[in-house]
Amino acid sequence: MSAIEIPKPDPRILARREAILAGLAKLVPSTSLITEEDERRAFETDALTAYRRIPLAVVLPETTEQVSKVLTFLNQEGVKVVARGAGTSLAGGAIPSEDAVVLGVSKMNRILDVDTDNRTIRVEAGVTNLGVTGAVSHLGFFYAPDPSSQLACTIAGNIAMNSGGAHCLKYGVTTNNVLGVKIVMIDGTVLEIGGAHLDAPGYDLLGLIVGSEGQLGVVTEATLRILPMAEGARPMLMGFQSAEDAGACVAAIIASGIIPVAIEYMDRPAIQVCEAFAHAGYPLDVEALLIIEVEGSEAEIEDLIGRITKIAADYNPSGLRISQSEAESAAIWKGRKSAFGAMGRLADYICMDGTIPTGQLSAVLTGIAKICDGYGLRVSNIFHAGDGNLHPLVLFNANDPAEQDKAERCGEDILKLCVDLGGCLTGEHGVGIEKRDLMTYQFNTIDLDQQMRVKSALDPQWLLNPHKVFPLAGRPV
Amino acid sequence: MTSILLPDTEAEIEAIVHEAAQSRSALAIHGGGTRPIGGPVHAERALSTQQMSGITLYEPSELVLSARAGTPLAEIQATLAANRQRLPFEPIDYRHLLDNHGTPTIGGVTASNSSGPRRIHSGAARDALIGIRATTGRGETIKSGGRVMKNVTGYDFVKLMAGSWGTLGVLTEVTYKLLPEVETETTLLLSGLSAERAVEAMTAALATPFEVTGAAHLPATGGAPSRTVLRLEGFEASVTYRTARLDAVLRPFGTFEMVAAEASRVLWKSIRDVEVLETPREAAIWRISVRPSDGPAVGARLAAALGSSLLYDWAGGLIWASASPEGDGGAAIVRATVATVGGHAMLVRGSPALRLSVPVFQPEAPAVAAISRQIKATFDPAGVLNPGRM
Repeated sequence: MSAIEIPKPDPRILARREAILAGLAKLVPSTSLITEEDERRAFETDALTAYRRIPLAVVLPETTEQVSKVLTFLNQEGVKVVARGAGTSLAGGAIPSEDAVVLGVSKMNRILDVDTDNRTIRVEAGVTNLGVTGAVSHLGFFYAPDPSSQLACTIAGNIAMNSGGAHCLKYGVTTNNVLGVKIVMIDGTVLEIGGAHLDAPGYDLLGLIVGSEGQLGVVTEATLRILPMAEGARPMLMGFQSAEDAGACVAAIIASGIIPVAIEYMDRPAIQVCEAFAHAGYPLDVEALLIIEVEGSEAEIEDLIGRITKIAADYNPSGLRISQSEAESAAIWKGRKSAFGAMGRLADYICMDGTIPTGQLSAVLTGIAKICDGYGLRVSNIFHAGDGNLHPLVLFNANDPAEQDKAERCGEDILKLCVDLGGCLTGEHGVGIEKRDLMTYQFNTIDLDQQMRVKSALDPQWLLNPHKVFPLAGRPV
Repeated sequence: MTSILLPDTEAEIEAIVHEAAQSRSALAIHGGGTRPIGGPVHAERALSTQQMSGITLYEPSELVLSARAGTPLAEIQATLAANRQRLPFEPIDYRHLLDNHGTPTIGGVTASNSSGPRRIHSGAARDALIGIRATTGRGETIKSGGRVMKNVTGYDFVKLMAGSWGTLGVLTEVTYKLLPEVETETTLLLSGLSAERAVEAMTAALATPFEVTGAAHLPATGGAPSRTVLRLEGFEASVTYRTARLDAVLRPFGTFEMVAAEASRVLWKSIRDVEVLETPREAAIWRISVRPSDGPAVGARLAAALGSSLLYDWAGGLIWASASPEGDGGAAIVRATVATVGGHAMLVRGSPALRLSVPVFQPEAPAVAAISRQIKATFDPAGVLNPGRM
C-alpha cells in the first residue's frame, strides 16, 4: 500500500544480527541497548506514522565516547545507522530500516554550561528544544527557534532538520542560532566545530551539518545562542474575507518597515477546528485569520499594534482583536500550536511544508484548492505567512489505502506547485523519506550529484540515514 | 603578468573553468578585487566576475534581492536605500584598511562572508544569504537555496559557499534577505572605560531586551580617552524609550553622551571599516574572534607583547589588532594567545611574503582540516580554484 519505498533489508546484515548485538553490548551499558522486539517497536516510526520498520537494534548511548565507539563498530561492520532525537519528524527523517541500528540521543540530555555574559548555552544534543529555554528563562533569556513540537523535540533533531517555528520571522531558524557542535563522524572521529565565538574562518562546516538530516554525522553536543527575552509580547487577531486581502495585508505590513516576531495564517477549516479545540476566541465567520505578534515595552507594543491596525484597515479586516491579557495570549497561541493535534482528532492528514515567495500567497491557495478538489480531498491551510512557509494539511482516511495513496499524490502536487511558484519543497520539516523522490523536481542532476559527493566523502559506505533526502535512483554505486 | 578573463555569462564561466580543470591550469577568482586577503594565489590567469553584473530580482514587499555576483555592492545599496531597505549584516568596506580602489561586489561580500558591527544583532552575511548559484571546479553550475526565507531542501551549500573565498566555486548569482531601513538611530557613548569595564558595560547592555545593534570599544589613543559605544536603531519613540532604559543599566559605568543619528552613522561606518587601524600602512592587521568576555585579556596580551593598536567590536568578541610587519607579523603570539581562550585569528593585512610564510586563516584541528580537504576535493577535484588562498 505504501507509495514511499523503504529498501528491503540486507539479508547479510540480518543474518549477522546476533554478532552485531554482541558487539554493541560490549560498547554500551546494558541499559543502553534495546534488543527485544516489543521494545524496538517503539522506534519503528516517527511522526510520519504511515511508514514503519522495526530496527535491528536500538542503542541509547550516554556519552560522546560511547557514540564514537558504536559508530566505529557499525562502520567496520557495514551496518546502517539512523540517528534519532525524539522521533517527531514529520518527514520520516527518523524512520529506520530493518537492517539499521537506531542511535538515540535521549540519554544525552544534560545542560553543560550556561553563559549569559556571552549569551550562549552548551547542551547535550538530547535536550529538548523547550528544555533549553527552560534552563535560561529564570535568567531572562530564551532559545529562539520554536517548532510546534518543542515540548518533545530535541536539539539533535532540530540541528538535523534545521528546524524553524512560528517566531523565526524575526529570530531566524536553527542554523542562525547554533554556534558550535560536537559531532561524531561515521568512522568514530569526534570533531569540535565552531564554539562560543562567532564566524570561524575556513569552510562553514557548521552550516553544512545543520540541516543534513543525520547523514553526515551524529551531533552529540551543541553551543547555542540565547537571547534576552523581550519586555513583553502581544498577539493580535485579524480576520479577512479573502486570502488575497490577508496576503496583501502581510505584504503591506512588511513593506512598511515592521517585522513582527510572527505572522501566522489560518484558513476557515483550520480556524474552526482550532477554535473548537482551544477556545482561543478566533472569529468563525472569516475566510482567513492572521495572528500577528509584536514585542517590546508596553508603549512599543501599542505603537506597533497601532501602525499595523492602520495598515490593515485598507484590507477590510474583521474581528480585529488585540490580546488583553497573558491568558488570552496563551490561548491564542495554544490554538495555533495545537492545530496539528486538533486536526488529527477529525481525520488523518499529511502535513506539507513547502515555502513560496510571500507575494504568491493567494496564487498558491487557489492552486492548492484546485489540486485538492481534483483529488476529492479536503485541505486545511496553516502558514507562517511572514516567511511564506506553508503547512497545508491534506485530510484523508488512513484505513483506506487508496485514499492514502491519493493524499500522498495530492501532497506531491502541492509541493510541485510551490516549486513552480519560485519556492521549495520543504521550509522546516526536512526531506526525509517523504519528499526524497521529489528532489529531482527542485534540483537537477548536477545539483544532486554534488550534494551526494559530499555525502560520499564524509560517509563513503552511505551508512548514516541512507534512505533519506536523495532519490533511491541515481545514487553513486 | 596574469591575464584577466572577464566572462559575461555563466556559460562562459563554465567553459573557462572546465578548460582550466582539464589542463590543470589554476585560476585566481575575484570580483572587484578589493579583498586581497588570504594566501597569495598561484595562478597564471585570473577570472573576475565583474562583467556578471545586475540585480536580477528585487521584491521589496518580500524583503528579497538577487543579483549577479559581479554587481557592485554600491549599486545594491543604492537600490535598497531608494526603497528604505538594507542588507542586514552591514558589510565591511575593506578598501580603506587594505588601501585599494576597486569596486566591491556582492559576490566578494559573499565569498568572504563580510559582516560588520550589526552581526551581533542581525547575523552574518551567511545568515542573510538564502540562495546561490556557483560554478564548481568541475565547470558545472550548481544551485542551492533559492529566493524564499525558509528552505531546508537538500544540503545547505549556501552556508558552505559563504566565506569559501572562491575556492569551492565561482559564485555567479546570490540572493539575500533584507531588512527595512530604520527610522532613526542613536549611539550612547561612554568615555574613559578600560577594556574590561567596557566589555562589562556592553555585556550588561546586551543582556537587556533593548536590542543594541552595535557594541564597540575604541581604546584611548594619543591623549584622547577611550570610547565605548552602543547603537540603538528603530522607530524614534522606541529609540528614545530604550535610551532611557539603558541609562539605568549603564549608570554604574558612568554617564553617557548621546551621538545623534547623522554622527552615529559616520561613527559606525568608521568602526565597520576599522578606520582607526588604517595607519601605519605597513602594519600587519589581525582579525580575532573570541568569546566577548575573553576579549580584554586577549587585547591586553597583544598590546603588551606586540604593541598592538586595538579595536573591539561585537561587544568585545571581535578584536582588530595591529602588529609589526616584521618577522612573522605577530602570528606566533596571536595564535598562542587565541589558543589559551578558544577562538580564531585571521591575518587580514600583510605583505604577500608574510601571507606566504604564515597561515592567514586559523589552522584547523587536523581532523577538521581533513574534512575541509575532502569537501574541497568534491567541489574542485583538480584544485584549480584559487589554489593557495585558504
